[in-house]
Amino acid sequence: MTGARPPGEPRRVAYLYLLPAFAVYAAFLLYPIGRAVQISLYDWDGLTLGRWAGLDNYVAIVADEGLRAAFGHALVLIVFYALIPLAIGLMLAAVLNHAKVRGLGFFRTVVFLPQVVAMVVVAVAWRRVYAPDGTLNTLLGALGLDSLTRGWLGDYTFALPAVGVVGTWFETGLVTVLLLAGMSRIPAELYEAARLDGAGAVREFFAVTLPSVRGEIAVALTLTVIAALRTFDLVYVTTRGGPGTSTSVPSYEVYHRAFGLSQVGSAAAIGITLTVIIFAVSFGINRFADRRIT
Amino acid sequence: MIPPTRHRTLAALAAGVLALAACAPGSSAPPTTPAPSPAAVRTDPSALGNVTLTVWDQEVRGGQAAQMKQLNDAFQAKYPNIKLNRVSRSFDDLNTTLRLALSGNEPPDVVEANNGRSAMGAFVKAGQLLPLDAYADAYGWKQRYPESVLRYSRYSADGKLFGDGNLYGLPQVGEVVGIFYNRAKLSKLGIEPPKTWSDFEAALATAKAAGEVPLQLGNLDKWPAIHVFGTVQGRHVPPGQISTLAFGRKGASWNTTENTTAAEQLVGWVGKGYFPKGFNGQGYDPAWQAFGKGQGVFMIAGTWLLADLQKALGNDLGFMLPPGTTADAPPVATGGTGLPFAITSKSRNPDAAAAYINFITSPDAMKVLTDTGNLPIAETGQQKVPAGPQQEVFSAFGTVTAKNGLVPYLDYATPTFADTLGAALQDLLAEKAAPQEFLATLEKDYKTFAESNG
Repeated sequence: MTGARPPGEPRRVAYLYLLPAFAVYAAFLLYPIGRAVQISLYDWDGLTLGRWAGLDNYVAIVADEGLRAAFGHALVLIVFYALIPLAIGLMLAAVLNHAKVRGLGFFRTVVFLPQVVAMVVVAVAWRRVYAPDGTLNTLLGALGLDSLTRGWLGDYTFALPAVGVVGTWFETGLVTVLLLAGMSRIPAELYEAARLDGAGAVREFFAVTLPSVRGEIAVALTLTVIAALRTFDLVYVTTRGGPGTSTSVPSYEVYHRAFGLSQVGSAAAIGITLTVIIFAVSFGINRFADRRIT
Repeated sequence: MIPPTRHRTLAALAAGVLALAACAPGSSAPPTTPAPSPAAVRTDPSALGNVTLTVWDQEVRGGQAAQMKQLNDAFQAKYPNIKLNRVSRSFDDLNTTLRLALSGNEPPDVVEANNGRSAMGAFVKAGQLLPLDAYADAYGWKQRYPESVLRYSRYSADGKLFGDGNLYGLPQVGEVVGIFYNRAKLSKLGIEPPKTWSDFEAALATAKAAGEVPLQLGNLDKWPAIHVFGTVQGRHVPPGQISTLAFGRKGASWNTTENTTAAEQLVGWVGKGYFPKGFNGQGYDPAWQAFGKGQGVFMIAGTWLLADLQKALGNDLGFMLPPGTTADAPPVATGGTGLPFAITSKSRNPDAAAAYINFITSPDAMKVLTDTGNLPIAETGQQKVPAGPQQEVFSAFGTVTAKNGLVPYLDYATPTFADTLGAALQDLLAEKAAPQEFLATLEKDYKTFAESNG
């Protein structure tokens, strides 16, 4: 035994322990990603021999006006999926936490309920709500707002926001519950101290509550932004990218090109691009949150 | 600083990616299967020995599922030496999985492949389907099936030319887009089923004036308006031109005065309020269900809705081919076939597969199809059905095929055309695009494809 060696088993053995997990990870994640990268460099219909295309598929993504629009729509969806739920969630959680309402568990369950329902079911239900003879229009009619009624999902101005609102409805519960968990950990002394210093409810929120849940905000944003960027089922079921192309999103384009149009290379290129963007965004959010904490 | 081990990992990853990049995806040369010659075809299934046939179909709904089960059982009973291994999936599931299944080493023997370029066309191009002409001769399919129907399963051997060339599949059922109407509402409005296209427009106006929804439509799913536009187009554009456009062949153009007239007429109907409010935001299913509940005097749709609509409206339901500009004009209607059954080129038992296809499309099978509420594609006029909407559908299809008046679905044109046309029609109907812009969008897709396809 030489003294230079650290205690315990030799370090290299550790890699052996990692091997089984890594093998599974590599077989089901790294290899498919590698394959997708490879396919994205070809012009391939999924059946006959692919033709080497280099970066053409990627160039086409930037050049294609329709695809640029699809990525733009995904950005709009971030507002509805992440930012609005965060604002609502912060407010709701602060109130629920502060007021120490009776039956908190019940409210938490109700708020979280949308998350439990499969997205396809959610989409089918909302399609009904938005239909020309659907719940929303009936409600507007009952309020005497007949002039506002329309086929929401078929309206060029309102289709994308309408899809977005479903996202807001879906994600708010998750964000609220996350934030609620974070807020319940804030020691009561902090609030007491703030109150002694003469802080009102609003000041208290910004000085104590908000900084304390920075970690939870980062987690909530990461989850919801990823959900926004990879939206597929909602658009597939509600609008199929219509009317025209006003609600097309990158994930839908991946599916559509691979299975509908037989442009597998192009589909893979969009998929890889989307992966890179999602990776960058979530990396950015977490870096931001970490830096502010330390 | 990246530690040296990390370098090594990165290098290994890079090497892996390069290794992957060395081989192109897809199989190189399509397998050259010699097409069977008529002399070599064996048509007696009981002499084929013990064989297992794997069949992939999409006959999962009501009457479709019933006919398939009945015919399969009959086939099994008659030829116990041939074992059927049936795999059935919904249309969407079949479409998405067939591609992978066919590129494997042991594909199913018989598959239902969608006629369009992105399905059957792509499979033919990849050499995955067997030309059936020898079987067609041996079994006499060409005598029983009208050519206007068979051409929807024809491709050139390289898969480029659609609607001509080898026969790659045989369908069981037919479909035609026509005009459903509500008989009770028509008599209340005091109008007869229209005999000419201008009669039809006049009837729409009468219905509007009486406060009815003249023409039911739900276009949220993008494709329903394709059938409405196709029907309007058939009144204004010569059928030969429509076929050239719809099969994506060179030699026609969307930028013609006839097509402009058709597009203008359709937008005109929007302006006159003939469609229900918010139709671009209404789903296809809720729309025809609404028609079934009495909302709407007319609806342009395909015969596949017959069973469901008849259940809702009974004998108040009527069906007619879209009338021509004059009462004696030859019929022109968008239509085609159900998914054709094809044989894969890697099948080890093509003779048994062909015998199976022959069995499920035989004259006896056509009777079974009728009894289970389907629209048989051959001998349609000879089937006995009760008077009423079903008989109207049968005689409409019989008439239009006998007079070779079927024109193909417009979305067959190019692999991307369903999408281009669906989105462009939503734009047109929402008056976001003028008729000329609408046609220019279509022309661009069509020309690009027709030029590159040669």
